[in-house]
Amino acid sequence: MLKKRIIPMLLLSQGRMVKGKQFSAFRDTGDPVSAARIYNAQFADELVFLDVDANRQGSDFEQLLNLIDKVSSECFMPLSVGGGVNSVEQVRRLVQSGADKVVITTAAIENPGLINDASAIFGRQCIVVGLDVKREDGAYRLYSHCGRHKTERELEEFIRDMTQRGAGEFIVNAVDRDGMMQGYDLDMIKCAKAVTDRPVLAAGGAGTFAHLAAAFQEANADAVVCASIFHFGDNNPIRARSHLLNAGVPMKLIK
Amino acid sequence: MNIGVLNYGMGNIKSVLNAIDAVGYDAHVVAAPDQLAELTHLIIPGVGAFGNAMANLASAALLEAIHDHVQQGRPLMGVCLGMQLLATQGEEGGVNAGLDLIPGVVRHLEVDGPVPHVGWNALIHHQEHPIFQGVKKHVDFYFVHSYYFAAQDRRHVIAETEYGASFPVVVGRDNIVGVQFHPEKSQDNGLKILENFCEWDGRC
Repeated sequence: MLKKRIIPMLLLSQGRMVKGKQFSAFRDTGDPVSAARIYNAQFADELVFLDVDANRQGSDFEQLLNLIDKVSSECFMPLSVGGGVNSVEQVRRLVQSGADKVVITTAAIENPGLINDASAIFGRQCIVVGLDVKREDGAYRLYSHCGRHKTERELEEFIRDMTQRGAGEFIVNAVDRDGMMQGYDLDMIKCAKAVTDRPVLAAGGAGTFAHLAAAFQEANADAVVCASIFHFGDNNPIRARSHLLNAGVPMKLIK
Repeated sequence: MNIGVLNYGMGNIKSVLNAIDAVGYDAHVVAAPDQLAELTHLIIPGVGAFGNAMANLASAALLEAIHDHVQQGRPLMGVCLGMQLLATQGEEGGVNAGLDLIPGVVRHLEVDGPVPHVGWNALIHHQEHPIFQGVKKHVDFYFVHSYYFAAQDRRHVIAETEYGASFPVVVGRDNIVGVQFHPEKSQDNGLKILENFCEWDGRC
């Protein structure tokens, strides 16, 4: 049986790891390579790296490539990487540096054909579409540019479109819940799950292990993306997995 | 000990090299027939389409060198696409002949679930094999694939997995073994399999 996944997310800024609330007020949370090593030792199922400087000054793609190269030489698990990716060439360079999957967010809205092209070249399993979503006026509205620009796209039609274009999985991030540690937006995850057969990764809001269990058991998420819960507490993927196994969620067995 | 990882233009081989390095062996990249003649152990990794892979092997004159390696009793491991190439033929993008080292056909996964089959999944072991020495039976490995190895002879099926249906994911015959999952992405248990392969004398 295919297992559910716990995926720590490492946000990057100027070569450091950071974490904010609602996509702003970023705090330094340490060295990303050290953090990746620790998550590897704690048997996280995958890692996601996102450069939050993308589309603003200070973004350094070469620095991101070097980081992934370093991490992939020590962490033997799937790595997803994104942040401002807007061309097939960038996808290629990330894959060559050791990324197994590439996360595309803003460019999926502005240039949807990129998903077709990248999926045809690298395979669907390589292309992850990220969605930054706010619940507004009864609709799930998509935001671009790291949550700063409101767009015309809505969650369900966008996921249907991206599924057809060859997206391999979706990270659905609730912008208003990001960093608040009050739980995922379960309705948002359910809506996403209802319109695609591709894996849906819940992001934005996890603060307790009960929140992780709810994402799996109530919203049928395929994976939970976690940041604050591991950065700012006495929690780690080993304890999270034990809790979820006890709650009856199928998780990877390692020993 | 001379461990080679075959580079034939099918995907990133760096993670396999890094993983072998992490278990304390020194593997290097091989790409030409004369380089294969020197090896004790050969790993064929790979991500991509079956037909392209066989065409690349043929145009680099590697087919005969791979068969020579096997005939001399030296261990060979195929990983993911490299495992599928061990078959008689593949059906991805038209019917193409494979290396024909283990009788079977590589077919598209027709299961009740999304394809590709991506994620951590467990094995159903049918036979013991030296590469699984010291690896617990119930642990999970990382898979990414849309095609599977339909082995002709059950004696060549070391392990299967269950994903909507059961299908072979570890095949072996004498000094040849193939794994559908990615040991280089399967953390400690995957690394143990690579370590076991590096220490394998090719006998079962």
